[in-house]
Amino acid sequence: MIGLSHYLILSGILFSIGLVGVLRRKNLLMLFFATEIMLNAANIAFAAISSHYNDLTGQMFAFFIVAVAASEVAVGLGLLIVLYKKYGTLDLDNFTVMKG
Amino acid sequence: MISFAFYFFAVLITLLFLVTVMSKNVLYAMTSLAAGMVLISGLFFILGADFLGAVQLIVYVGAIMALYSFAMMFFDVTRDVKEDNSNNTVVFLLGGAIALLLVLMFSAPILGTGAQALHPAVVGATNPQAVGLVLFTKYLVPFEVAAIMLLVAMIAGIILAGKQMDESLTMTEQEENINEMKGDEQ
Repeated sequence: MIGLSHYLILSGILFSIGLVGVLRRKNLLMLFFATEIMLNAANIAFAAISSHYNDLTGQMFAFFIVAVAASEVAVGLGLLIVLYKKYGTLDLDNFTVMKG
Repeated sequence: MISFAFYFFAVLITLLFLVTVMSKNVLYAMTSLAAGMVLISGLFFILGADFLGAVQLIVYVGAIMALYSFAMMFFDVTRDVKEDNSNNTVVFLLGGAIALLLVLMFSAPILGTGAQALHPAVVGATNPQAVGLVLFTKYLVPFEVAAIMLLVAMIAGIILAGKQMDESLTMTEQEENINEMKGDEQ
């Protein structure tokens, strides 16, 4: 039988995959993909808890997460295009301006 | 049957997202991310969150991934991404440790006193009906705020991406030099 803990463990695994991606990636577009994975992991946990308690609040928060993700992508991709026009690359190491 | 579906989806999602995180090719990463999101909507349908599953399919797979693929046309995706990963073990240890901490943190209240339902689902309503009843009564203000946020994001995206659209991204160096010389003269 699949319980709440199964979904929470899956959500934790997916979140850690996204976290490893965020820490490991140097390309900004790939970094965005990793953040999407983390948002989706949170959504799974919200939906699982929502169905476990028969409470719709979790699903509401999942909807708002989807809305936040959509606006984040719209603004972030605009910024990426501006950066690419300016530097010709999306590598984070090239944007380092502080020496130390 | 449900447990088979859960494990099927869980294993596939994990593998696809691992491909997203590990792949050197942007195209592979994006495709596997889209496929993983489709399968996540399957998990939502298992959980009985029908409307959330449909929203996941329409917004995530339909809109966000389409936006990514449009943006990818601006970047050079044919060559592999070169990344300097000098300290991988630190990254994996750190990622695993933080994730474990988060799981413990979030599972602590469930193991303890046990939470109570704040807005119990309406009896006899299908999932989309119940979602509408809660969304347009108790969450009406956040809903409107989210609408304004989406509008702001749309305007910001148009302004950021639409600026200097007449300039080509794939200019040759010679053309760029000519443009820079023109700029210096001015």
